Amino acid sequence: MQLMRFVLTLLAVCSLGALSHLHAAPPTPAQVPDTLEQRLLACAACHGKQGEGMRSEFYPRLAGKPAGYLYNQLLNFRERRRRFDVMNYMVSYLSDAYLHEIAEYYANLHPPYPPPVPAASAEALARGEMLVIKGDAGRNIPPCNACHGEALTGLAPAIPGLIGLSPGYVGKQMGAWRVRERKAEQPDCMAQIAALLDPGDISAIVAYLAAQRPPAGAPPTLNPSTKLPLECGSVTQK
Amino acid sequence: MKRNWIIAGIVVVAMVVAATLFLGDDPAISIGRHAADRSEQVKHGEYLARAGDCAGCHTARGGAPYAGGVPIPTPFGTLYVPNITPDHETGIGGWSADDFWQAMHDGRSKDGSLLYPAFPYTNYTKVKRADVDDLFAYIKSLQPIKQPNRPHELAFPYNQRRLLIGWRALYFKPGEYQDDPAQSPQWNRGAYLVQGLGHCDACHSARNMMGAITDMGEIAGGLIPVQNWYAPALNSNRETGLGDWQIDEVVDLLKTGVSARGAAFGPMAIVVHDSLQYVSDADLTGMALYLKSQTQRNAPAEPAQVRVTDKQAEALIEQGGKVYEKHCAECHQKQGEGVPRIYPPLVNNESIAMRHPINGIRIVVNGGFPPSTQGNPRPYGMPPFGHLLSDYEIAAVVSYVRQSWGNHAPPVSPAEVASARGVPVD
Repeated sequence: MQLMRFVLTLLAVCSLGALSHLHAAPPTPAQVPDTLEQRLLACAACHGKQGEGMRSEFYPRLAGKPAGYLYNQLLNFRERRRRFDVMNYMVSYLSDAYLHEIAEYYANLHPPYPPPVPAASAEALARGEMLVIKGDAGRNIPPCNACHGEALTGLAPAIPGLIGLSPGYVGKQMGAWRVRERKAEQPDCMAQIAALLDPGDISAIVAYLAAQRPPAGAPPTLNPSTKLPLECGSVTQK
Repeated sequence: MKRNWIIAGIVVVAMVVAATLFLGDDPAISIGRHAADRSEQVKHGEYLARAGDCAGCHTARGGAPYAGGVPIPTPFGTLYVPNITPDHETGIGGWSADDFWQAMHDGRSKDGSLLYPAFPYTNYTKVKRADVDDLFAYIKSLQPIKQPNRPHELAFPYNQRRLLIGWRALYFKPGEYQDDPAQSPQWNRGAYLVQGLGHCDACHSARNMMGAITDMGEIAGGLIPVQNWYAPALNSNRETGLGDWQIDEVVDLLKTGVSARGAAFGPMAIVVHDSLQYVSDADLTGMALYLKSQTQRNAPAEPAQVRVTDKQAEALIEQGGKVYEKHCAECHQKQGEGVPRIYPPLVNNESIAMRHPINGIRIVVNGGFPPSTQGNPRPYGMPPFGHLLSDYEIAAVVSYVRQSWGNHAPPVSPAEVASARGVPVD
């Protein structure tokens, strides 16, 4: 029996050798991990290997944001509702299913947050706190935490967190909403709110958000019975 | 009395609806065909619409299918693609099969006006009448969308449609594709698709200053105006080197966007994503057979271009080796051998050594993903390096790749990288 096995093995080895000789054996191709991490190295170049983002207004943190929100943004970039050339180009020909997977992947990563950025004046912080926590009823501005979660870490599946992001990015996005360069599905609730904010409001909000320390872990989920102050297409977007 | 009026009103409305339905059913495409044939016809028409990538131009990002509105920037101004849904008012709902044939075969609209050749009727003229009718049956089956066409924004004199008569005299010869009896049916089928609906030479040929392809059907490569991607010559072993590819490697690239020899990127990613992944293996094989046979033609002469001095080249390549080691070798491997269907090989890859270095530069600057296709649903991506590397470093690494492992393409200069960065990526 053992002899039989030996002969068979020998035969197999010889025939393999002969085959590889015949085909002038191409070298065995390198083994590439069959993982999303490996597939998404293209994203890591700007957003970090763990989706932690860069301290820049251009490359936000993706990690831990609700998957529905990330998916909506990928679709918005693909369909040009949101413009950033490199992002539009990157996702142009990726399928819904793949974008979904990519969104889930980053939603489930939780690298540590960078330390908060103190800086702004006490006056700006106070004004920011007022707008974020209480809003401004006189100007019809709802507080940020009415939608973005009490801890401002967002609500799954579709509402993003506002803290743990670079201040430059948050400021740039609010400006983009305000000038209607950034858009979402109709009814576009953020466009309506941003139209009510002046540049002073925006820098105060950015300063306050930058000074907060985000808690670890995933954001809570939106209670379906919660009534949001405005109707948002992005929350109901499929 | 009042009731009589109401009944009369209902009768009139019913008659109008019936008349509309009757008129909407184009007699020219339904004569002699049963309902089952009709649905087969629509299905075949859909297949042909995919093969011609009609949606690639007629469907806007995030817009309704085939409702047009897509801007086509050209050196002569911007054209806006029309609505071809069967809406009577704003689309082609009022067209007959003959009108549609006139547009496809002769480049004339329903009212006889001359169409701009951004609509590639120079290719579509080769499509057979039966196929054009099937395509029309499919278009008539689409959801009508009311979306008015946007007027073209062309500079004088290009905004004078009548002048196209001169252009047509020089560059347009109507006529269906004629089989070459010396070739196999599959080769002819491939030639029919490549030259006709596929309109491959719309990109893979150079255009003259009148926007015309003068070497019709030669697919000798060309820089795509405004987009600034270089569509390689398909008839030259020096560029895509199809003569050296196996048929199944060509089919693999066309069908899935990746192959052992390279990946589809830039505008070719669009073509694979929207169109070729839906084309049957038999048709793709025919196209591959035809394309491979074209490489027997003489390759265009390589223009001698001196971009950098020998001394600069030496310094660039030395620096490029370091950049390659640090940023590229992990995926494309130490000897540029790549990983089949995942990371394109850089060695023995003729697209590296093409006349225009722009594609290689742009890929290093912007990275990108091959398209998601049925055969490769979750592609591996290439990171952008534009924000990490200087013009000099990018010129260095592109030069290094163009000169290593048996590649013999001239090095590129940092100035070429700087100008490539200026091209809008989207």
